[in-house]
Amino acid sequence: MLSRRNFLCRLPLVAGALPAAKAIAAEPQHNGHAGGPAAHLGTVGAVDPAANGFDPQLILRDFDEGVVRGGVREWELVAEEKEIEVAPGVKYAAWVYNGRVPGPTLRAREGERLRIRFVNAANHPHTIHFHGIHTARMDGVPGIGAGNVEPGRETVYEFTAEPFGLHLYHCHSIPLADHIAKGLYGAFVIDPPKDRPPADEMVMVMNGFDTNFDRSNEIYGVNTVAFAYKDKPIRVRRGELVRIYLVNALEFDLMNSFHIHANFFDYYPTGTSLEPTELTDTVIQGQGQRGILELRFPFEGKYMFHAHVSEFAELGWMGFFEVV
Amino acid sequence: MEAATAARRPNWLSALLPLALLGGLIALFVALDAPGLERNGVPVEEIAVERTELHPGEIELTLRNDGPDDVRIVQAIVNDGFAAFDQDDEELGRLDQAKVRIQYPWIEGEAYEIAMLTSTGGTVDTSIDVAAETPDADAGFYGLMGLIGLYVGIIPVAIGMLWLPWMRRLDRRWIQFLLALTVGLLVFLGIDAALEGLELGASGAESLGGGALMWLGAALAYLVLAGVDGLLERRGGGGERVALLVAIGIGLHNMGEGLLIGSAYAIGSLALGAALVVGFAIHNTTEGLAIVAPVADGHPRLRKLALFGLIAGAPAILGAWIGASAFDASLAAFMFGLGVGAIARVVVQIAPQVRDRAGRLLHPLAAGGLAAGLALMYVTGLLISV
Repeated sequence: MLSRRNFLCRLPLVAGALPAAKAIAAEPQHNGHAGGPAAHLGTVGAVDPAANGFDPQLILRDFDEGVVRGGVREWELVAEEKEIEVAPGVKYAAWVYNGRVPGPTLRAREGERLRIRFVNAANHPHTIHFHGIHTARMDGVPGIGAGNVEPGRETVYEFTAEPFGLHLYHCHSIPLADHIAKGLYGAFVIDPPKDRPPADEMVMVMNGFDTNFDRSNEIYGVNTVAFAYKDKPIRVRRGELVRIYLVNALEFDLMNSFHIHANFFDYYPTGTSLEPTELTDTVIQGQGQRGILELRFPFEGKYMFHAHVSEFAELGWMGFFEVV
Repeated sequence: MEAATAARRPNWLSALLPLALLGGLIALFVALDAPGLERNGVPVEEIAVERTELHPGEIELTLRNDGPDDVRIVQAIVNDGFAAFDQDDEELGRLDQAKVRIQYPWIEGEAYEIAMLTSTGGTVDTSIDVAAETPDADAGFYGLMGLIGLYVGIIPVAIGMLWLPWMRRLDRRWIQFLLALTVGLLVFLGIDAALEGLELGASGAESLGGGALMWLGAALAYLVLAGVDGLLERRGGGGERVALLVAIGIGLHNMGEGLLIGSAYAIGSLALGAALVVGFAIHNTTEGLAIVAPVADGHPRLRKLALFGLIAGAPAILGAWIGASAFDASLAAFMFGLGVGAIARVVVQIAPQVRDRAGRLLHPLAAGGLAAGLALMYVTGLLISV
């Protein structure tokens, strides 16, 4: 069932074109290790991506364009329950689309007809609610159209991709906060009719995990694993255009933010315009907000990026770009 | 006939039979992996934080697994930030104790919230109200604790005992009043220690007994003192015997007090001000009175009186040492219980001497003395707060 998605995940590996894929399995650190300076920031140990079945290093540049059949772009999404490691040693009973958190980054072009077959293989009712313009019946909320999809059942969502920009999809079953917090969300990219300039593109879904069920998050990150890009920096080329699709899926906190060190980016809120609104190094997003960031790194070196909500940064939402 | 048959088989063998049977059944039950019993629900994670120590750049927690299941500590969060740490043992079995050392640049005088994440995502929470470096247990430290013990234990008790010459010249009725006062003092100390012990027990590992440890200590001390009293009774010595028991009871109580002072000092929450030492001195001076009241009509030797003073006061030093270097809430609850039991035994011992000629226990003078003792302890107790 997951083979096609896995195949897409590993494409960069096969192609060898994308440098991030090279650093997948670093040697795990020892949990009992005492070393390092007193002010060491971060978790102790390493998460095993193989056991999780997904790797933030690969999710970063993994865009799922589905399959076009008879002029319709099709995907299959399956909701499941799966225990994932969100920080070294910390297991979380997640709800996932296609075995990963965030779910696959769906990508289409504006105006295309889209068909998403949704299978609920979990033990609770779920839906997929897409952000975009579509009919009420295709909105994926309980009580309207297909409504809640009961365990073992399936449905098909069909609509036209519009407007172009960066959107998201998530489960809309009740209790909503739980269904989102447990991992049922993903990015949804609709390209403009004419392609954006070529770039090294990546997806960052900002999220968090309430591991002790006190309605606040213990762990924060982008693409799930705490400090994933701190321990293995994202490699980019100096001078090359980098495009980041940034989505805030964080539950329980009012806002999230993205800040990059020593560089500035053009910001396109929701990606619905081809003209940036701001040149900045920090952007704030409420839950469900998203936007596209474009920048070129003028200098080589390691540049930190993190939530400028310092608490989130120290609880996992921090990483590095390594410019070569 | 029957007796002869039984004699052939040693009696202790029949005592062992139920034990052997129980052992066999347990072994079988474990070997078959608890047949018929299935785990219902998720593992229960209960961890007690027994001790918190602060060293430069490091916070050291002593944890005990207080629940039925194994627990794995996998991450440490200090004030909403992950911090590096190491630990003795990743897996904590039932009742296991382990130390976790978190590398963290803590700042003197600030408050910290610490959450240890377990493998299931649960958190073990603890807090540091006011960060202060835990003193090293070197000679100077033990010297300081000894000095504190001397100030709050030995010196006030000795001063209180100097009321003896005055008491000797008092009318018998007023001696009874002072004995009743002593009972009042002791009852107050007993209640105070019992409440303190219950509170400490509740903050320690529940699986080690919690508040029950206090009652256990109390029962044990009462029984031991009753036994000791029986032994001493054969050797006679009336008033001195009672005075010795009072000294032991007060000594055990002062050990508890020293324990609290020492542990408070060790975690930096003790203001070692003059007010505290003065408060303890006044509070404990009344204890000296309690020791000499039973011997007011006799002629005890000075050496013996000095010994009683030492027995009553010196445990404060021992308590301070233990409290500052190896404080454990469960142990403290037990030690407070010892004090409670000892005091209860002493009260039972003194009470008959308060009776008037008609045999009444609560005659007006006695009731007045009792109330005065309680009031005196309450008022002088206001001067202390650890």
